[in-house]
Amino acid sequence: MIKVNYIESDGTRREIEVEEGVNLMDAALDNMVPGIDGDCGGVCACATCHVHIDPAWVDKVGAMDANEDAMLELTDERNESSRLCCQLKASPQLDGLIMHTPEGQH
Amino acid sequence: MTETVVIIGAGQAGAQAAVSLRQQGFEGRVVLIGDEPVLPYQRPPLSKTFLAGELARERLFIKPAAYYRKVNIEQRLGETVKAIDSAQQVVALKSGQTLHYDHLILATGGRVRQLDCPGAKHPQVHYLRTLADVEAMQNTFAAGARLVVIGGGYVGLETAAVAVQHGLNVTLLVARPTPLGRVTSPEVGRFFEDVHRQAGVTLCCNTGVQSIEEDGAAGKGVAVVTDSGYRVLADMVVVGIGLLPNVELAESAGVACDDGILVDQYGRSNIANIYAAGDCANHPNPVYQRRLRLESVQNAVDQGKTVAATICGKDKPYAQVPWFWSDQYDLKLQTAGINSGYDQAVVRGDIASRSFAVFYLREGRLLAVDAVNRPAEFVVARNILSKDLGVSAERLRDESIPAKALADAPVPTVADALAIENTPVKGGQVSTPPGIEKMHQSADIKHERVA
Repeated sequence: MIKVNYIESDGTRREIEVEEGVNLMDAALDNMVPGIDGDCGGVCACATCHVHIDPAWVDKVGAMDANEDAMLELTDERNESSRLCCQLKASPQLDGLIMHTPEGQH
Repeated sequence: MTETVVIIGAGQAGAQAAVSLRQQGFEGRVVLIGDEPVLPYQRPPLSKTFLAGELARERLFIKPAAYYRKVNIEQRLGETVKAIDSAQQVVALKSGQTLHYDHLILATGGRVRQLDCPGAKHPQVHYLRTLADVEAMQNTFAAGARLVVIGGGYVGLETAAVAVQHGLNVTLLVARPTPLGRVTSPEVGRFFEDVHRQAGVTLCCNTGVQSIEEDGAAGKGVAVVTDSGYRVLADMVVVGIGLLPNVELAESAGVACDDGILVDQYGRSNIANIYAAGDCANHPNPVYQRRLRLESVQNAVDQGKTVAATICGKDKPYAQVPWFWSDQYDLKLQTAGINSGYDQAVVRGDIASRSFAVFYLREGRLLAVDAVNRPAEFVVARNILSKDLGVSAERLRDESIPAKALADAPVPTVADALAIENTPVKGGQVSTPPGIEKMHQSADIKHERVA
C-alpha cells in the first residue's frame, strides 16, 4: 500500500493508504476527501480534481501531458504545482506524497 | 421543525443534488429514491471503458456507500414513486409507504427511445442506458460475435468502437446522412464515419431499419432488415436512437412540461417546492437565450448544484456553458456549446491528422466548438462562450496564434475591416458585427488595433 496525504484548505490533513495503480482522484473519493469532485469519472474531461502538489514533491510526480495541461486552464488558482489528481497513480515513488486540496472545484 | 428534501431519481443529477445539499449546509432530512437497485453511478463509462471491461463495476459508483451514511443521506434504492400529491406535499411509493416533503427534486432522467418495428422485442435486441443493460450484454459481447448497432449518436459510435476493438464484427446503421447528425456538423460527422470505417466497422448512412427477424434457432441469431432491403445477420443488436425524458410522474402531478420538466433559472417548476434537474429538466439558458433540455453529465451536475442552492436559500442561477465529451479509439471529442443555427464552420488544424477543432459561428459570434484531440481549443471555447467574447474566423483558423490566446480580444483583420465598411444597413449606417461591437464596449481590452 502507498500512503498519500491530502491537506485541506483549513489545514486538516488526511493520510490515506492506496493500492498501487489506483488514481489519486478515486483514492480521494473513496476516502471522502472534501474538495475533490471528479465529475467526469477520471478521464481528464472536467478538471474538477485539481490539487496543488507540495513543493517538495513537484519533481517526483513527473510531467503532465498536453491534455492535462490544457484542462488545468479551467481551474481556479492554477500555478506551477497544479495537477489533476485523476492523472496521478499511486506508485512506490509517490509513497508519502503531499497534496493540497482547494476549498472547492471551479 | 426539520425540513425534508425528497429526491426522485438517483442518477448523476439526483446524487449531486443530495451531495450539494449537505455541502451547502442543509441540515434536514435528505431522501434519495432510485428505481435501480444500485448506488448512484456514472453512465458515461457504460458505453466506453466499462463496456470494454477496463473499468471495475465499483468504479462506476459516484460515491462509496459509506459517504451517504456519513453525511446522512437516506437512500431508497430499487424503489419507485407512484404518485405525487403536491397539495399535501406527499409522495406515494410503490412499496405502499408515503413520504412527506418540504422540497421535492425531480431528477427522473430519461429512458431509451425504443425501436418501433416488427421484431423489435427480440431478446437479442439490447439498449444501453443502465448498468443492468450492459451486464445483460456481456455474455454475447465477445470476439467473433456479429453485432449490429442501430443509431449513429454518441452511444452507437462508442459501442461500435469498443466492439470492433474487441474483435466483434460490427455493422453500424445510421439513419441520417452522417453520424452524430443531431449534434455536430457534416464535417465532423464525416470524419467519424471515416474513422469507424478505417477501424473495420461496416458503416451505412441514410439507412433505416424495417424489421428484425429470427435467423436460425429461436431466440439466437437475428437478421436486421434495412429499409433498402438488405438483411444483416447478427448475434446481437444494440440500439442507441435517443432518450425520452421521464416526465409522466411530473405531468400527473400538474407540473408543467414541454420537452422535459419546465424549470426557471433556479431549477424551480411551476409548482411551489417542486424542482427538477438533469436530463428530465428543460431550462432557460442565458448563454443561448432560449430553453434547452440537455443530456449530459455537466448539466446533471450543475443543475443538481443549482437546485440544492435554491433550497438552501442561495441565489445562484444556472448559467453554464454546456459541454460534452466522447471517447472513441484514440480520439477524445470534446464539445463546448450548442452549434444549432450556425452559419459558419471554421476548421482549425488538419482534419486528416486526427487533431483539429471546428468552431461554429453565427453572425460572427461563437456558438460552439467540436475539438478532437484538441483540449486547449475546447478550454478556450468554454472561456469565450462563458464570457461572451468576440472572435474572428481568421484568428480561430490561424494556428500561429496559440489556442490559449484565442480568448484575447480579436484584432480585426483587413478583410474584417473592409467587410464592416462595405456593409451598409438601413439609413446608411455602418453595420458592426456583434463581436466587434463588444470589443469597442469592453474597457479592459489591452490590444491595439492593427488593421
